[in-house]
Amino acid sequence: MAERYGKGLLGALAAAALLALLVHWIGLNVIRHYRDDLQFYLQAHLFLVAVSMLAALAVGVPVGILLSRPFMARRAERFMQLFNVGNTVPPLAVLALSLGILGIGDGPAIFALFLASLLPIVRNTYEGLRNVPASLKEAATGIGMTPRQVLLKVELPNAVPILIGGVRIALALNVGTAPLAFLIGANSLGSLIFPAIALNNQPMLLLGAAATALLALLLDGAVTLFSRLCLERGLAR
Amino acid sequence: MIELDRLSKTFKQKNGKDVTAVDAVSLTVNEGEICVFLGPSGCGKTTTLKMINRLIPPSSGRVLINGEDTADLDAVTLRRRIGYVIQQIGLFPNMTIEENITVVPRLLGWDRKACHARALELMNMVQLEPRHYLKRYPRELSGGQQQRIGVIRALAADAPLLLMDEPFGAVDPINRDAIQNEFFQMQRALNKTVIMVSHDIDEALKLGDKIAVFRGGRLIQFDHPDTLLAHPADEFVSQFVGQDSTLKRLLLIRAEDAADDAPSIAPDTPVEQALEAMEEQDRRYVVVTDAERKALGYVKRRDLRRQQGACGQFLQPFKVTAAHDENLRILLSRMYEFNSSWLPVLGADGLFLGEVTQESIADYLSSGRSRGKTSIVSPAANAGAPAA
Ligand SMILES: Nc1ncnc2c1ncn2[C@@H]1O[C@H](COP(=O)(O)OP(=O)(O)OP(=O)(O)O)[C@@H](O)[C@H]1O
Ligand SMILES: [Mg+2]
Repeated sequence: MAERYGKGLLGALAAAALLALLVHWIGLNVIRHYRDDLQFYLQAHLFLVAVSMLAALAVGVPVGILLSRPFMARRAERFMQLFNVGNTVPPLAVLALSLGILGIGDGPAIFALFLASLLPIVRNTYEGLRNVPASLKEAATGIGMTPRQVLLKVELPNAVPILIGGVRIALALNVGTAPLAFLIGANSLGSLIFPAIALNNQPMLLLGAAATALLALLLDGAVTLFSRLCLERGLAR
Repeated sequence: MIELDRLSKTFKQKNGKDVTAVDAVSLTVNEGEICVFLGPSGCGKTTTLKMINRLIPPSSGRVLINGEDTADLDAVTLRRRIGYVIQQIGLFPNMTIEENITVVPRLLGWDRKACHARALELMNMVQLEPRHYLKRYPRELSGGQQQRIGVIRALAADAPLLLMDEPFGAVDPINRDAIQNEFFQMQRALNKTVIMVSHDIDEALKLGDKIAVFRGGRLIQFDHPDTLLAHPADEFVSQFVGQDSTLKRLLLIRAEDAADDAPSIAPDTPVEQALEAMEEQDRRYVVVTDAERKALGYVKRRDLRRQQGACGQFLQPFKVTAAHDENLRILLSRMYEFNSSWLPVLGADGLFLGEVTQESIADYLSSGRSRGKTSIVSPAANAGAPAA
């Protein structure tokens, strides 16, 4: 117990130190200067991430569940391979493809981010469910749960650690890819980064990049914390 | 009561060959009895058990519970009426102990208060302090504690029938013994009908009212444990029960069964008459009982020699006695402990039932008698019985 809190404290201290270093490096006056821009693009960035992640969860988890059902057993692996191939397409290409089909703006950006986040969620939902010990499922069925109850009360709760792992991968990918949305005309922290590259504006570039990285870390931490506290109680880690 | 009627299961294998895992097994387990499925690995015990709650659909044959064919019941409804303990314990790691125990009651729609009360009651039954454990998660418990929880989870909804697949496999021998005793007392108190899989002959003898010995999917013998030991159906069964089967039988035979019909005399019997009777029967002592046949003590032939009057004045109290429901293993141990060649067997209210001697035990064991279906006793019932 104490050890866990100790670790958390250490992590928080390290993060604070890093943050201070970053702020020092970028310079307080730069941050002050770009404060309004930063706030606006951060919000836009969060919007892209939130919508595309929620959509990916809403589609990915059910697909993962479906693939893990016994009647899919034979086809599931082939589907997963298909998904894996899909995942080798770089995010930029997905973005370009999305642009070609849907045009410019938030919609295509969200669609591209959704596609990029989908695979880790599907794969980890599927793997997580497959890794639930057969004995647990047998016990659940044997004491009289319906297949639906087995899924909701036993399989999913015990697949959470792996499933959340997938969410974290997807989230990192998503937050990291979102700046590219600038290229197809959607607002994000990329709107700080890309112009800064063009204008060779080092502090602004740094600010955009640091904000993106920090956002990724924060969201990851939040997801992990939420999962540990609310979803993974009792599960060994 | 549960009845298996020519229950069979044939698995189709990948290479197209069929494997008959269970071959026309028929048996009946009466209400309140423990039936143990015994046999080597792969002989079809688990398959048979799982066909009862339809985790495995039978290829042919029927399962009747209280005369009702279970094939007519919805599988989920059926399972909620049957407690099930799987070999791997199978507690749900994502649920607290309380949630685990009350899974089935909650499925059945019990309200929260009733569930909590039930959890408390069951925890007390297995001597686990509810306050310490109910809010914990399974991984925070020891293997033995988890196993106990697994068993009471199966009892939670008060299902009259219990299926258990090697429920005590995962505990060390010392704990296993304690849990077995605990379980046995619980089963007797709640009058559950139990079918239990085991590959441990000692466990089967200890807990079973009936033992079903399987081999290669067939039921070879289905009998009372003592009958199984005394009359193994074939070479396979006799090998399986082991070379010391006679010693094992000691555990299963009660004092009253092995007691001889030794004579007794009244306290006012004249000494000469008593001496004469002992002389005639070549006895060195005789038990003295009152008019209601309550045992008072005994008199020795040596003490009566050349004496006058009633036997009562030479009465000696018993050094040790045997209760009627104690098993022979306890009695033999006591006889050696007190260096006594005989023990008076006393009934519940002190009635004299006869004597257990080395000869009477040997006679019983070699007589080919066995208790058969009646007067079931398990040594667990006497665990911790006070020495007389
Ligand atoms: N799903 C299955 N498909 C094919 N064969 C099976 C299947 N399940 C069991 N069998 C076979 O049926 C036979 C009986 O298996 P079962 O699990 O009932 O054995 P058991 O008596 O419980 O053994 P153990 O003591 O090892 O648990 C074995 O030969 C096993 O290989
Ligand atoms: Mg088995």
